[in-house]
Amino acid sequence: MGVAKIDKAWKQAVAREHPVKRPLEDGGRVSRKAMEMDPPKPRSRLARIVMAALRFGIPPLLGFALLVLVWMLMAEHSGVPGPVKTWESALKVFAHPFYDNGPNDQGIGWNVLRSLSRIAIGFGMATAAGIPLGFLIGRFAFLSRMCKPIISLLRPVSPLAWLPIGLYVFKAAQPAAIWVIFISSIWPMIINTATGVTRVPQDYLNVARVLKLSEWKVFTKILFPAVLPYMMTGMRLSMGIAWLVIVAAEMLTGGVGIGFWIWDEWNNLNIAHIIIAIFVVGIVGFLLDEVLLMAAKRFDYDGSGS
Amino acid sequence: MSDHVHIENLSKVFDTRKGRFVALRDVNLSVREGEFVSIIGHSGCGKSTLLNIIAGLNEATSGILLCGGREIAGPGPDRAVVFQNHSLLPWMSCFENVYLAVERVFGKEERKTDLKRRTHAALDIVGLAHAAHKLPREISGGMKQRVGIARALSMQPKVLLLDEPLGALDALTRTHLQDELLRIVAASGCTTIMVTHDVDEAVLLSDRVVMMTHGPGATIGAVVHVDLPRPRLRLGLANDRDYHARRTALLEFLYERQGVAGGEAA
Ligand SMILES: Nc1ncnc2c1ncn2[C@@H]1O[C@H](COP(=O)(O)OP(=O)(O)OP(=O)(O)O)[C@@H](O)[C@H]1O
Ligand SMILES: [Mg+2]
Repeated sequence: MGVAKIDKAWKQAVAREHPVKRPLEDGGRVSRKAMEMDPPKPRSRLARIVMAALRFGIPPLLGFALLVLVWMLMAEHSGVPGPVKTWESALKVFAHPFYDNGPNDQGIGWNVLRSLSRIAIGFGMATAAGIPLGFLIGRFAFLSRMCKPIISLLRPVSPLAWLPIGLYVFKAAQPAAIWVIFISSIWPMIINTATGVTRVPQDYLNVARVLKLSEWKVFTKILFPAVLPYMMTGMRLSMGIAWLVIVAAEMLTGGVGIGFWIWDEWNNLNIAHIIIAIFVVGIVGFLLDEVLLMAAKRFDYDGSGS
Repeated sequence: MSDHVHIENLSKVFDTRKGRFVALRDVNLSVREGEFVSIIGHSGCGKSTLLNIIAGLNEATSGILLCGGREIAGPGPDRAVVFQNHSLLPWMSCFENVYLAVERVFGKEERKTDLKRRTHAALDIVGLAHAAHKLPREISGGMKQRVGIARALSMQPKVLLLDEPLGALDALTRTHLQDELLRIVAASGCTTIMVTHDVDEAVLLSDRVVMMTHGPGATIGAVVHVDLPRPRLRLGLANDRDYHARRTALLEFLYERQGVAGGEAA
């Protein structure tokens, strides 16, 4: 076998194993040149905006229109207030969202805020406990083996099953509701944080080992930033659960809150207000998730969005 | 000159799901102080494993391992590693990535301004002073690899361990960085062990090229001494008979004695 032939075979074998990557700078230059040759014309840009509006704006609108239509049809046959009646009622409700006529009659704004403050406390405590616990479970295999069965056992328990325990222990509705939020929203944060810790790429840990970084440095410079995206996912899941649970918990415990408000309006047989509350619960839940999603995007190191 | 890195009867066995897998056996290698040794071999033969054992990141199953006369007990900043996949921390800028290493090695004796100066100097050597503030995802593959090299150099290690530092780069960037590496290593004078799959790269940079046989149970099959004078210039070597003789020796080992098996071994 001639050397030239060997040489070629070797290069081919290498090329197969290590496909050549084009440098980024090069790609950037090419695309810039392409843009210079074909500058976007104002009209075509307008056309593109219209196209985008058609593609991304129309379907959601169509969806909502369909929802309203189904709602109207159902309203006609069941006696539930239709969109128009609900809208009129909503205008009245939102005209004075923060009135206060004593503990059992407050504006919808107060009710939402009180629910949010309960969530803030319960969710905050769950975060404060769940994330350190997740780090410990992820870091130490022994702890993980110890805690996994307990978590598997307790996680699927319906949130409201915890309520009587809370009521019995705290002898009051308010801390019991917070307790339910805490216990039902802690699991995703523990599990996701622990998973994140076990998935920290070995490469990063090797860097730490070669540098012989102190435990504190390993935590602040490598472990924590690497786990952050997982933590954010856990927090989003937890927030979703917390918001789901608060409505049900407040229905049972009373006080001021969106869940209690729904129950109160049910006792008044004011169905329009209940429908309004459903929309409010949906919108607030959506906004909570969006806020956390925006925070999570900031820690997406490899993606393009920042 | 004295032996700087000394390996005797080293073997490495992995416990896998399918049982014991002998990756390396009977590896004997001595590297003198300031020497540049390349390790070449087909994919999967155990080059990275050997390098990681020298780095202390992997534990040998048996054998003697010395660095500077002391047993290698674990990783440490005296043996800087440039990883196969650069391993920059994505949440830190290029500057911060290098600074992390500088701070660890010199932080006790030196003031912050000196540490910063060291960091800038290291980035300067690899020609990336202008990209110091950029995040790893904002720079090209070649630039990332250069930051990895800067990080290793900034530690002023006694031994520099390079695992296919230029493997993932296009041919043009690679030749450029090879010349850089040639210059940088000559200037720093540290003992260097480099894993590569590129025959030209190995001959151009090394004092000695160590060729490994196929795994499993890979070992050192042959050693080629490259006693070409330094400084070496790529263009001057293109028509050099000695250079081609070394190159041919490598290719013959890898193909005639070890067979064309790079593809299937990967
Ligand atoms: N942690 C591990 N457990 C089991 N087997 C392993 C482990 N690490 C490596 N091996 C095996 O050891 C052999 C050598 O692997 P190694 O990564 O050192 O190869 P390499 O020569 O560096 O290859 P490449 O050129 O593709 O990087 C391979 O067959 C691999 O499958
Ligand atoms: Mg390798």
